[in-house]
Parts: sequence; C-alpha cells; structure tokens
Amino acid sequence: MFTRRTLVAALGASLLAGYSTLSLAEDKPYVALVSKGFQHQFWQAVKIGAEQAAEEFNVTVTFEGPDGEGAVDRQLDMISAALSKKPAAIAIAAIDSQATVPLLRDAEAAGIPVIAFDSGVDSDIPITNASTDNLASAALAADKLVELIGGAGKVAVVSFDQTSQTGIQRRDGFVDQIDSAYPDVEIVAIEYGGGDHLRSAEITKTLLLAHPDLNGIFGTNEGSAIGVALGKQEAGSDVVVIGYDSGAAQIAAVRDGTIAGAITQNPVGIGYHSVEAAVKTLNGETVPAHIDTGFYYYDASNIDDPTIAAVLYD
Amino acid sequence: MSTETVDSGKRSVGELISSVAQQKLLAFAGLIVLLVGFSLASPNFMQTANMIAILQATSVNGVLAIAATLVIIAGGIDLSVGTLMTFCSVIAGVILTYWGLPMYIGVPGALLAGVASGAFTGLLIARFRIPPFIATLGMMLVFKGLSLAISGARPIYFNDTPGFDLISRGSLIGYFVPSLPIPNGVLILFVVAIATSYILTRTVLGRFTFALGSNEEALRLSGVDINRWKMYVYSLAGGICGVAGILLASRINSAQPAIGQGYELDAIAAVVIGGTSLKGGQGTMLGTIIGALIISVVANGLRILSVPQEWQIVVTGTIIIVAVYLDILRRRG
Repeated sequence: MFTRRTLVAALGASLLAGYSTLSLAEDKPYVALVSKGFQHQFWQAVKIGAEQAAEEFNVTVTFEGPDGEGAVDRQLDMISAALSKKPAAIAIAAIDSQATVPLLRDAEAAGIPVIAFDSGVDSDIPITNASTDNLASAALAADKLVELIGGAGKVAVVSFDQTSQTGIQRRDGFVDQIDSAYPDVEIVAIEYGGGDHLRSAEITKTLLLAHPDLNGIFGTNEGSAIGVALGKQEAGSDVVVIGYDSGAAQIAAVRDGTIAGAITQNPVGIGYHSVEAAVKTLNGETVPAHIDTGFYYYDASNIDDPTIAAVLYD
Repeated sequence: MSTETVDSGKRSVGELISSVAQQKLLAFAGLIVLLVGFSLASPNFMQTANMIAILQATSVNGVLAIAATLVIIAGGIDLSVGTLMTFCSVIAGVILTYWGLPMYIGVPGALLAGVASGAFTGLLIARFRIPPFIATLGMMLVFKGLSLAISGARPIYFNDTPGFDLISRGSLIGYFVPSLPIPNGVLILFVVAIATSYILTRTVLGRFTFALGSNEEALRLSGVDINRWKMYVYSLAGGICGVAGILLASRINSAQPAIGQGYELDAIAAVVIGGTSLKGGQGTMLGTIIGALIISVVANGLRILSVPQEWQIVVTGTIIIVAVYLDILRRRG
C-alpha cells in the first residue's frame, strides 16, 4: 500500500522541489519571517509589507505562522525548520516571550541575526524590535479625545488587561498624556474587560450610570472599542469614544460616528521594517534597538484615504 | 492484520516486533521515500539538527495519536485528546507553580488528572450511552473551558520548577552520545508507543480493546462487562493525553491554556495515515507512529522547500485522502 502512496508523495515532493529550486535559484539573501498567526487579516497585512520590502531590497522572504494564534509549540517547529534553511536572517514575532529563547540561542550560535517584530522576547539576542509604539499611540488617542470633548471634562479607559505589555502601555500612554498635558481633564475610571465585546459593553453601561457627566471613553483594543460602542448604543448615550485597531465592526462604528475615531497600527509597516532591518544588519549597518513601525489616527473623514485604507483590516 | 495483532501467543518481544515490522515494512519504505525525496530536493533537509527537529515536532502529536489509536481500535473516537492534553498541562502548572509542590507530585498529578478525565468521558459513553463523537466533542469544550478558567486565561510558567523543561528538552541520549542530542520528548514518545503496543498485543485489556471495536455485541453476549472495559480504554487514553500534556508544557516551559483545539485532528490524521480503520477492531501503534512521522516530515519538508503556507495545507490534506484511499484499495484487493 505504501509503495503506491509514496510514489504519489514522492512525485509531489519532486514537483515541489522543482518549483522551489526555481524560485530560490537566484541566490538572493534569504530572510525567514515567523509570525504569531497566518490567516488573520492583521498578519496578512504584515506579510504584504514584508513582501514589499523583499522586492525593494532584492531579497527572498518566506512568511509563516501557526493557523491558530497561541500555538506556541507549532511556532517552535516553524522556527526550527526556518533555521534549518540557513537563512541570512530570521524575524520572529514570538507568541510566548520565553519559549522561543532556546531557539534564539541556536540562531545566535549559527551566526544568524534575529529580528523581533510585533512583540518582544525575554532575551537580548534580537538586534531590534520592530513594533508599534504603544505609549505614543495611546498618547495620540488622549490628544484626540481631549480635542473632541473641548479640552475639559471627565474621561474613562476601558482596557483589555492589566498584565500584558501591550495592555499596560496603552493604558499608561493615555493616562500619562492626560495627567501631564491636560490639567482640566479628569480620569474617573480605568476598567478591564478582557477584550471581550460583551464584558466591555457591560462595563461601559455601568460607567455611564455611575458618571452621568462622563465626556469620553478610550477603548484600548479592537474588542474593547467595539464593546464600548455597543454599551454606548444600548445606554443611548452620546459620550465620545476613541477606539484602537480596526476590524469590520469598528470600521462600521467609525463610519456611523458611534466611535469618533480610532488609532490603527501599521501592520504593513511592521512587515516592511522587519525585512529592512534584516537587510541593514546584513549590510553591516547598525539598526536602532527599537523601530517604531508607525500608527495613524483615523475617523470618518479620512477612513477612505489610500494610506489609511491600506493599513485597516476587516 | 487484526488477526495478527489480536494474537497474544507467547512470542518473544523480538519476534513480536519483527512480525509487526514485516507488516509495516512497506510503511517504512513510504516514509523513507519521502525522506529521500526531500533530501534530493534540498540540501538543508537531511541534517542531524533538522531530523531531530522533525522527531521533536512528532513527539506531542505522536503521543496524542497513540491515545486516539486506542480509542479508535475500540470502535470509538476521541475529539477531546487535544484539549485534555492542555487541561493536564494546566493541572501541572497549578500543582507545580501555584502550589509550589515538587515535580514528583506535579507530574503524577497531571497524569492522574488525565486518567480521571478519561474515565469520566468513558463513563459518559459506556454508562450513559452518549455516542463517542458527541461525548468527546462536549468534553473537548469542557476541557478547553476548564483550562482557561483554572489558569485565568493566562500562561502558567514553570520558572520556579528547575528541571521541568528537561523532561522534554533535555537529552539523555545526547548525554551519552554528544553528537546525537535527541530530546527526551522523543524518547518518551517511543517508550509510550512500546508500552501501549505491549498492552494491545499481550494483555487482556488489549484483546478486549480489539474485540470492542470489531464486535462489541459478541463480547457482551460472551458475558464480558463491556462498560467497564470501555472505561478502562478511555482512562488509559486519558492518561496518555496527560503524558502529552507534560511533554508539551515541558517543551515550552509553560502551560498555555488557549492551545489544544485542533490538535485532535492532527492526531486522528496520523492514526488513519498509519492504516488504522476508523471502523475499529484493527490498528497498530507502529502504523500510528509512522503516520505521525509522515505528517511531520511533510510539514517540515514543505517548509524547507519554502512552499507557501497555503499550499502546505492543501498538500497535507491531499496526503491524508490519498493515504486512506490507497489503504482501501489494498484491503479490497
């Protein structure tokens, strides 16, 4: 049974081999990217950015990530396979900041430079980390919210968690900006809804009941922002909402004004800058320890601008 | 094939292995053709480090597939192996990290959680007559939810338990043969495979497992308490999921409550590629191990060849269908 089965497989393998030798034959430097996810729109946008940079800098890239976000062991298998290909450089968005460290040491031992993207690792092996500046982007959210409520009033934060680095930085970036730049604005509450739409909606309704004079709310990620918008609608309130990231529901809410505007990261930029950093490293140039991949503020007025539309995802 | 494996005559272990090996000689040949094909296709494939990476990638799925094989031979199906594995790793995290107890309590505790969970699933199927597909679908979600609830939906790290990561990452073989640092996780996979193979071919539990799958009614009419034996089969499978949970947690040095769902499909794929019929009553552990290796070799080889990920998924799916179809042809002819 296995002879025929394997003939088919072998045939397939040799076809694929032919294919791959063709595509890799041109002796360009090869940069392997291993991300946290694959089919999610955010990661597909990162992939597009990486491919843009590959074309521009004349390198070959591959982009892989586990089907389900969170599959730490699958990601380790992908990194192992990528290292076996002896890439010129490898870029990793680690799912777990600790689990990848032994493989990073393997890369270091093999002289393969490591670039971190999107999220960092508990190690000083990566040459740089290309990711969104969460503190600065949350500070921009504070500026926009204060502007929309007329420079004074009461605001609240609905965050997704108090433990992850992203959650902490987005909260602190917002709070620090309000405290330092806007003395007439008071933060009356910081709540955590786990990024869950319904929990964030319940929190929002409670906030609106507890503080009838609340002027604005910042929802610090996609799920939180959608939940805040939902709570606002159910409560029949006209509180000003600033969101974060995109997604179909949030984009719709921005279009109809339920969410006044939102911060978007630049996933295309994350992919682009990761490959660019790899190329610079290979050319012997120094790269900064952190690369801000950029972020934008969008609202109903600029949501269809090409720059913005390119970084939004459904 | 099933008559061969049901036979529990007093043969030596050597004879036993060689007879099973003869059966699966062609399977080995298939695996080797794949290995040769990928080696010819890319110079980066056949390196010691990459072969070890393939074995390591097989360890967790292989152990899960062994659990699934037992249940499938007994005429059932287990969709809960993946999340039960996760549940056991979270239990290990609770005992070792939250309670700060030593490894000789934490590891058996996690295995015991697997056995008890398997027994409960078996109870649902045997006593309450819930079809295995439904019962294990439900338990898949129950284990997933419990893992998230117990851990607070956050990974539990084993940094306070030095040596825990060595269960999977350490290398006993590498200690003696420094040029061959095969991780312990791979060693454990083969130990589990040999032990379950022994149970299947040499013990009463094994004989009843095959009998449950080939003719449950006949077994019942011959006066055997089939409910009890079904529960034993699911308990053993649960314990093996516990082993997978320890292997996974040790490899990533943390219990990740969100993973596990989807792993049952890879495990079942390994079982059917290995020639075990989903109808029950037949199957071998060696076939399952080869099935699991084929999955890992294909996944790794396609990655080494830089085949885009979309097409890797298509190829893996095609291989499962082709493998099972050729098996059907073989049985018919």
